[in-house]
Amino acid sequence: MDIFIQQVINGLTLGAVYAMVALGYTMVYGIIQLINFAHGEVVMIGAMVAFSVIGALAPSGLPPLAIVLVAAGCAIPVCMLVGYAMERLAYRPLRGAPRLAPLITAIGVSIILQHLAMMIWSRNPLAFPQIIKVESYHFAGATITSVQIAILAISLAMMAGLAALVYRTRLGTAMRATAHNPQVAGLMGIDANRIIALTFVIGAALAAVAGVMVASYYGIAHYAMGSQLGLKAFCAAVLGGIGNIPGAMLGGVLLGVVEALGAGYIGDLTGNVFGSNYQDVFAFIVLIAVLVLRPSGLLGERVGDRA
Amino acid sequence: MIRSHFGVLAIAAMVGVSACGEDKKAQAPATLTIAIGSVAPLTGGIAHLGKDNENGARLAVEEANAAKIRIGGKETAFELLAEDDQEDAKVGNTVAQKLVDAKVAGVVGHLNSGTSIPASNIYSGANIPMITGSATNPELTERGLKGVFRVVGRDDQQGPAVANYLVANTKPKVVAIIDDATAYGKGLANEVEKTLTAAGVKVLAREQGTNKTVDWKAVLTKLKGRAPDAVFYGGMDSTAGPLLKQGKELGVKAVFSFGDGACTDKMGEFAGSAADGLLCSQAGIPPQAASKKFLDAYKKRFNTDPILYAPFTYDAANLLIEAMKQANSADPARYLPVLQKIDFAGATGRISFDEKGDRKDAEMTIFTMKGGKLLPIAIIKSGKTVKYEDFVAQSTAPAADVAKK
Repeated sequence: MDIFIQQVINGLTLGAVYAMVALGYTMVYGIIQLINFAHGEVVMIGAMVAFSVIGALAPSGLPPLAIVLVAAGCAIPVCMLVGYAMERLAYRPLRGAPRLAPLITAIGVSIILQHLAMMIWSRNPLAFPQIIKVESYHFAGATITSVQIAILAISLAMMAGLAALVYRTRLGTAMRATAHNPQVAGLMGIDANRIIALTFVIGAALAAVAGVMVASYYGIAHYAMGSQLGLKAFCAAVLGGIGNIPGAMLGGVLLGVVEALGAGYIGDLTGNVFGSNYQDVFAFIVLIAVLVLRPSGLLGERVGDRA
Repeated sequence: MIRSHFGVLAIAAMVGVSACGEDKKAQAPATLTIAIGSVAPLTGGIAHLGKDNENGARLAVEEANAAKIRIGGKETAFELLAEDDQEDAKVGNTVAQKLVDAKVAGVVGHLNSGTSIPASNIYSGANIPMITGSATNPELTERGLKGVFRVVGRDDQQGPAVANYLVANTKPKVVAIIDDATAYGKGLANEVEKTLTAAGVKVLAREQGTNKTVDWKAVLTKLKGRAPDAVFYGGMDSTAGPLLKQGKELGVKAVFSFGDGACTDKMGEFAGSAADGLLCSQAGIPPQAASKKFLDAYKKRFNTDPILYAPFTYDAANLLIEAMKQANSADPARYLPVLQKIDFAGATGRISFDEKGDRKDAEMTIFTMKGGKLLPIAIIKSGKTVKYEDFVAQSTAPAADVAKK
């Protein structure tokens, strides 16, 4: 039982990260029906910027927590800028083009960002400085570290903040209106371009935080770390119902738990025919299952024609 | 910085190829240009190790050029054609073919077993000798291919070495084995398992990740429930570091042991304080036990210390050059027999090959980690375990004579 609880904790932590990243996919999709495949790279850039800042500040003697906060504080605006530039330069000129064009562009942007990062931060896997001492807490035979608690708490807070922004503010209303029908929203005096740019920027900010969290959690950052994470988060967004904000949160957490439990138990269940190396496959099995059985996802209301 | 470096490399490679082609056309070239290939992953998760391998070979080539070696009565300019195999067998075969087409005289590489084994077919088919400084999977030299050599030990020597050390010193009852599903990781893990089983140790069902896995929590949590006394992981440092860190975080009380791919100082950075007390093995001797002359030259040239296999790729390149010199020809048909019978004092000690192309009497080293630094604790040679200090004391500068050439 304690092993099961531990696997669930592992899954929830992973799921919280997926959820944060999935939000970026789903918000952009909801508003312009674009799958922004470069979103995973924004996560990576967040991790890399934090890596550089922590590296620069570590010898300064500031308290470790402050350094990490400053690092996140630098990563967020940088990622927002990247998100904005991406939208402005790569996607806005293609607004109104056939759906395939921006999709291919997104893949191109992803490759460009990855290689830019490789030039800046080298192709080596970087050891993310572990300046905050990790405390472990035990309960019911399971272990949870301070980093895991921080990840869960921060992602909960960020998601609550996002939900409040989308459902409680004028800006959120404008976002939802634009998502619903950009032309009519425009007629109502909403600047659709501004709202779309803002959506990218907000998604990028979440991605930056996710990047810092994932790099501190695993203690490693790498220029290619964003692609796999991005794909998984995309699966999570589809699982929850792409375009649906609560769906992305639910999908992310569920996917994390499915992965952890799947990897933890598949060996025992199949008599070691399939091993834990199939961990990465679960996300894609889920993706296929959702697309076949329920294309609109768990919470999605839209029909599957947009997926 | 990286970009400019990369650009220079690319240009150097292009110049190398074109220079080579022109020399062939010219009737009586004043100098003989001999191209030597070097293949390792220069992008991806272990690019740092790939660059280290390339640097080793590059240093050897540059020294040979500085020494103004004459082959066939002509002044000789060696060119190093460095290629990136991206740790991928398909790309590895492509660059191997590219080097064959560029008519290289010999190849240093590849880094990984998974790329070296398929590529060796191509080199051998084209009668171009290859010497790897780091591929340890036995299969490489077990297929009777001509002209395939390695200057490091094999997994079936390394696996038993680390397993025996574990049995003798940790005395585990239950051991969990994990690998990264690569030819290297799996092969090494298999050898460890064989030795442990033979020693009567219970080995749990194999767990696997991939060579990109950073989330090991699910696997480790499962293992924690089985309470192993020791864990062995066959894989590289960029995955082994997170594995070790997460294992300690989850409270897995076991000695973590690794093969050479995860026997680098990077483990201390990736895993932090969790890395203290790990056990790992390296085929051959540690880079810091290579000849002082090599270490100084490397530091001077690249402004950094060798990470892992640079001394071996340095020796591999030197072996090619030395064999060409002795045969007085860069034609593989002429110098290959010389290489097969060579007896060479390299930066990693004395090198000669058995009939398969494996290095005779290859040493294995067992390390632990203390305060983020790897400490060699034992050297295993021909089945005998010697404490590291004793080894250093008795081997008086094994390679002082690199200078000879």
